[in-house]
Amino acid sequence: MYLYDAVDQRLVDERVRQFRGQTERFLAGKLSEEEFRALRLRNGLYIQRYAPMLRIAIPYGLLSSQQLRKLAEIARKYDRAYGHFSTRQNLQLNWPRLEQVPDILAELASVQMHAIQTSGNSFRNTTTDHFAGVAADEIVDSFIWCEILRQWSTFHPEFSYLPRKFKIAVNGAKHDRAAVGVHDIGLHAVKDAGNNVGFKVLVGGGLGRTPIVGTVIRDFLPWPHLLTYLEAILRVYNRYGRRDNIHKARIKILVKERGLERLREEVEEEWLHLKHGPATLTHAEVERVAERFSRPQYESGTDHVFSSKTWSVPGFASWHKRNVHPHRVPGYSAVTLSLKKTGVPPGDVTSDQMNAIADLADRYSFGELRVSHEQNLILADVRQDRLPELWREARALGLATPNIGLLTNIISCPGGDFCALANAKSIPVAEAIQRRFDDLDYLFDIGELDLNISGCMNACGHHHVGHIGILGVDKNGEEWYQVQVGGNQGRNRSGGPGAALGKVLGPSFARAEVPDVIEKLIECYLEHRDSDVERFIDVVQRIGVQPFKEKVYGKADHRSPSRQRDAVLA
Amino acid sequence: MARLIIGRRVASETPSSPDEKVVRLAPADDPASVADELATASRVEVSFPKFGDGRGFSIGRLLRERYDYRGELRAVGQITRDHLFFLESCGFDAFELREGEDASQALAAFSDFSESYQASATRPLPLFRRR
Repeated sequence: MYLYDAVDQRLVDERVRQFRGQTERFLAGKLSEEEFRALRLRNGLYIQRYAPMLRIAIPYGLLSSQQLRKLAEIARKYDRAYGHFSTRQNLQLNWPRLEQVPDILAELASVQMHAIQTSGNSFRNTTTDHFAGVAADEIVDSFIWCEILRQWSTFHPEFSYLPRKFKIAVNGAKHDRAAVGVHDIGLHAVKDAGNNVGFKVLVGGGLGRTPIVGTVIRDFLPWPHLLTYLEAILRVYNRYGRRDNIHKARIKILVKERGLERLREEVEEEWLHLKHGPATLTHAEVERVAERFSRPQYESGTDHVFSSKTWSVPGFASWHKRNVHPHRVPGYSAVTLSLKKTGVPPGDVTSDQMNAIADLADRYSFGELRVSHEQNLILADVRQDRLPELWREARALGLATPNIGLLTNIISCPGGDFCALANAKSIPVAEAIQRRFDDLDYLFDIGELDLNISGCMNACGHHHVGHIGILGVDKNGEEWYQVQVGGNQGRNRSGGPGAALGKVLGPSFARAEVPDVIEKLIECYLEHRDSDVERFIDVVQRIGVQPFKEKVYGKADHRSPSRQRDAVLA
Repeated sequence: MARLIIGRRVASETPSSPDEKVVRLAPADDPASVADELATASRVEVSFPKFGDGRGFSIGRLLRERYDYRGELRAVGQITRDHLFFLESCGFDAFELREGEDASQALAAFSDFSESYQASATRPLPLFRRR
């Protein structure tokens, strides 16, 4: 954990006071709905379908057990005793009361937390690899860079009223587990020939209405220039990004309309004035930030193995295969607690579970945990001899579903059950698919597969980068589901595909049909794979979308969307 | 109700004199286009026609940091107390609040935050160089 110093704490406290004043002015009628909207969104407060929604920041997904207990308490005291972990590694409360939000923020500040800029047209939470600091393929510890970016992007005076939201992701490892290609700015740590650390900078990626994979604007940015270079990009975006149409306001549209070359020239021109300026990072600052992070005291040299008999205990081996991950320190593993149990909305946890998970973090993983953008929780530093014990406890809590990386580890937004923007529900679709694929042997045989669901084109469920993506669409007031295949969130295995956007298969389906469609896609995959090493996404990359399309719609794809619908409704 | 703040004090608008030379910039204007006029300007006004339009913040910093403008820099338009802290950080020292805002009440907003992480016009060194 990064531990706040006095200034970090003071700024968060001052924010609480500021927002309390703004809320009071709004309730007293001194701020209009629209003005208060711009202010409350900066504090993560939405007005949703049934109630406000408060999005609490979990910077780069890192959380202490103490903080999780506070979240459990807040959810119980101010909400309905549960929360929802989002794909931006944040926690959402679905039922807080507007007038109590300043109190909630004050409680958060007491454990070095906040809801600053979790929404609104400003910098959002910087996200990263949930295995940062423990991954064997690590180049830099991305948490340190994320914290440097958190501070730089918090209350940035020049960039607090951007044309639109702005998301940055940092990947510090060889494999991309941070989906840097689908962010406004993606930073990929690299080392040059002289072993100097820098960043490959991607710009203009994003999902939503206009999904685009980002393009490289700079191959190697030496780390001291990180902030000045980003400042140059942001200044160009702040001045020239479109403000006339909310759907064309992201930086990806600026990149598209201006062309990468012109944008690069403008950024370089701007950077000339900022480069070597006071915002140039220093060794001292990077060290200061690094030292404020608490570090696990690993016990090396001991024999951290569990009894080999454990392998034969039913369920353990499959859990170990899917939910236990390699660690750079011998004798340790990282463990995913699955929040994807069938029947529970993906990413949802109750206050009781949060308390229990906090206890697990204290007893097994140095009191820390991480939220993954796949909406699971990670205990990153578990001694291997304690895995069987942890597994039993996690199983008793319903957190040991062995499905990480598999089809039922579904990423899903809250959808039409909660969200005012949604065209369709997501959670019941996720559940129906999970029920259809409840046979564990079959699930393991299908192998690695990302299935992502969004309830509307804003793509909070990252459907474009699911190997299978499902998008809720509205047709004359009815909920329909578009299915796409071939998306990929990033290069997460050697030689594997990089970030890619899925292709829509064809006309959309009624909700009840979706599990059948998924089943057909899986059948098609199993028929075509050359071995069980070849994953679903690899097969799509090799044979293209057409065979999948034919499997789902039949060979002669002559049914028009309306006839298709009539057939469904009949 | 007074709506003008100059140098963190409530000010009354003085009638414009014929010698007064005001340079006005809209959000889409490039400060480079008025660079030659800055030396003789009585003040520069940057307009913020909408609550959420943040282009003027960049214009403010450019005027101060790149074009070395030292005279009065006034934010006009839909300015509320909620903008003051950031505007001042970006180099503005005069603020014409929108209709209905009370300048004397808004003064408190300058101390919304006691510190900022970034380098800006008011704090030329970022926090990390002062920590």
